[in-house]
Amino acid sequence: MFKEILVRMKQGHRTIRFPRAAPPALPDRFRGRPRIDVEKCGASCHACADACPVAAIDSGTRTIDLGKCLFCTDCSDACPEGAISFDKDYRLAASHRSDLLVGVDQRETVLAAELDRRMKRLFGRSLKLRQVSAGGCNACEADVNVLGTIGWDLGRFGIQFVASPRHADGLLVTGPLTRNMELALKKTWDAVPDPKIVIAVGACAIAGGPYAGHEQVRSGIESILPVDLYIPGCPPHPLTTLDGLLRLLGRLERGKERKSVSAGT
Amino acid sequence: MNTTETRLAPLVNGLSLPVDTIPLLRIEDFRQAILAAVRDGQRVSSLFGAKGDAAGTTVLYVVLADDEKNIVNIGRTHASGTGFESMTPLCPQVHLFEREIAEQFGLRPEGHPWLKPVRYCRSWTGTDAWDRLASAPIEPAVGDFYRVEGEQVHEVAVGPVHAGVIEPGHFRFQCHGEEVFHLEIALGFQHRGIEKAMEAGPSTRSLHYMETAAGDTTIAHATTYCQIVEAFSHTQKTARAQVLRGVALELERLANHVGDLGALSGDVGFLPVASFCGRLRGEYLNMTALVCGSRFGRSLVRPGGVRFDVDQSMAEELLRRLDVISRETADAVNLLWSNQSVMARFEDTGPLSRETAVELGIVGPAARASGLVRDIRYTQPGGIFRFYQMPVSTCDSGDVFARAFVRWLEIQQSTTFIREQLKSIPKGEVMRVPGPLEPDSFSIAFNEGWRGEICHAAITDGEGKFARYKVVDPSFHNWAGLAQVLRNQGISDFPLCNKSFNLSYCGHDL
Repeated sequence: MFKEILVRMKQGHRTIRFPRAAPPALPDRFRGRPRIDVEKCGASCHACADACPVAAIDSGTRTIDLGKCLFCTDCSDACPEGAISFDKDYRLAASHRSDLLVGVDQRETVLAAELDRRMKRLFGRSLKLRQVSAGGCNACEADVNVLGTIGWDLGRFGIQFVASPRHADGLLVTGPLTRNMELALKKTWDAVPDPKIVIAVGACAIAGGPYAGHEQVRSGIESILPVDLYIPGCPPHPLTTLDGLLRLLGRLERGKERKSVSAGT
Repeated sequence: MNTTETRLAPLVNGLSLPVDTIPLLRIEDFRQAILAAVRDGQRVSSLFGAKGDAAGTTVLYVVLADDEKNIVNIGRTHASGTGFESMTPLCPQVHLFEREIAEQFGLRPEGHPWLKPVRYCRSWTGTDAWDRLASAPIEPAVGDFYRVEGEQVHEVAVGPVHAGVIEPGHFRFQCHGEEVFHLEIALGFQHRGIEKAMEAGPSTRSLHYMETAAGDTTIAHATTYCQIVEAFSHTQKTARAQVLRGVALELERLANHVGDLGALSGDVGFLPVASFCGRLRGEYLNMTALVCGSRFGRSLVRPGGVRFDVDQSMAEELLRRLDVISRETADAVNLLWSNQSVMARFEDTGPLSRETAVELGIVGPAARASGLVRDIRYTQPGGIFRFYQMPVSTCDSGDVFARAFVRWLEIQQSTTFIREQLKSIPKGEVMRVPGPLEPDSFSIAFNEGWRGEICHAAITDGEGKFARYKVVDPSFHNWAGLAQVLRNQGISDFPLCNKSFNLSYCGHDL
């Protein structure tokens, strides 16, 4: 008993202060939002698009689809001019699929919006989610699970994962939606009482990830469910997921956020 | 000379040979060679089909690991007609491989005691081993399940969607009251078609398939894939790259083992250690993220070496963090062994006997917990482990305690390894870009992932593209072990037993 108390004292208080204080520091090599530097980009070159494993880059319009992006380094390594870089902006979640297209002329990054008033009134302080892995590789699942640990303590926002869809306000889905999970996901969705929301976590759930186009998968959950929040990444950093969830529930201070977005931190 | 040696081609982890130097045995000799080798103490690391030269033909390959001699033996045979005589009744460890061959190539292993699909997908050849119509849908986990009949016998079905943030699988328990007589596990829900998609590669996606084959095992699968590419292209990796790969592999083991010990603690209701280890697991992941930007080691390992170097100051930072975290880990984990209520739940729960582990071909911590010296880093070493002797951590009791304690022993070994390596990283480059792959060759690569043996085998065609790429995740061997240990256990001990194996669904389903 005393041993437990002693170790507990040594382990200390570990829950992050975010969002009331700054988020935990991300490593220097963290790959957040990708950017194409137009000044450097050679117009007739397609090296990045050719190297991209998931066709996330349109070298013609110089746009990158965050929904498809694996945040690997294949494009930046292939670019002869070094025009592609990833900054440390972890805020990637969006409410609309089209907001995930990062273009050169897109000055203002559109982040995830709040739920409407009625939904926010229902879920803003208590959101119970049922998680379904539909072909996920256990990386997205693991880093969603991490939010439940004492370091992140998702419960303090009233967000919780529940065991039954009947107890849930929505689904948080990972994986490209394998054909073999299609019926199970559909049935789980049907079992969630209305009104309900869907959160797609990771490149696979948004657009199929590396499995896009395989006959064994449906290339994203949007093929059968209406998605309310897209959280890009392969897998998304827990901070990216937390940021997306808090934005959806309107739990972040809006004025402060916008400023730092245009600064591109 | 031993008969198996004369009939099979010896090969070493990470090397390749021309396909035509692998003896082509008659199917009966192939069977006998496998059965004899297993009797001699070898293990079936892989057994798979590949398209034959003539249309509509299949060649079966076997990879037998000889852990005593630190080599593998490769054999092959033509499978003709509708099938072949099953080896499973005499050699249970091939049971799932034979089911897989039936599913992928439509060849029936005649006499297989429980011939069911593995992943519930279409055959690659158009021939269906179960004579299902091409127009009929294949529904996952639908079909026969072993049933126990009798008064007070009841069936409990769980999944595919479970009550937690975990992957899908279907479990059927035959119970008598609280006692489980039999558990049958049906998987395939995660099937994404990885092996088929690897054909004609390497492509821009090949490495990403491997990084996501089992996402919590990114480093081990990606490294094994890179070893295959390097074997075919005769790429000499630098010592620096090998050390960094080894460090990443052990960080992956640390994160997962620490996480597992926390989860086991949570499953017996001892929450302090569950909380401490849940947080500490993240600290190990963050060390990997410091090296490559990704907590799961994405984009770190590349064919020819590693994508990111570790300079002096980063090595020092990693060492500094490791000192703190390993101390905190020891504090947390040691609470488990001194707590009587934890030990009462761990000990004698879900025992796997040494004999059963041998028969089923169990690998990884689960095998070592049943007293078997099976660790690729020791028995079939590759990369840095050729130069560093990693002690094999074993335990004898085969129960949940043993599987937990083996993890704790390995945590300490991995920590020591990382410390030593980071203090003396060899100088040099971290990348040598591989050339084209040699055509018509066969290669084999192994790594000891945190769950156990990762085995990749590949065959190139005349153009040096993959004609076949076979992935065996440790879970492929070990799911049967979990089913076994549940026999005569209380059904409420399932979560604890399950966590003590912590197997991969997607690594099995591919």
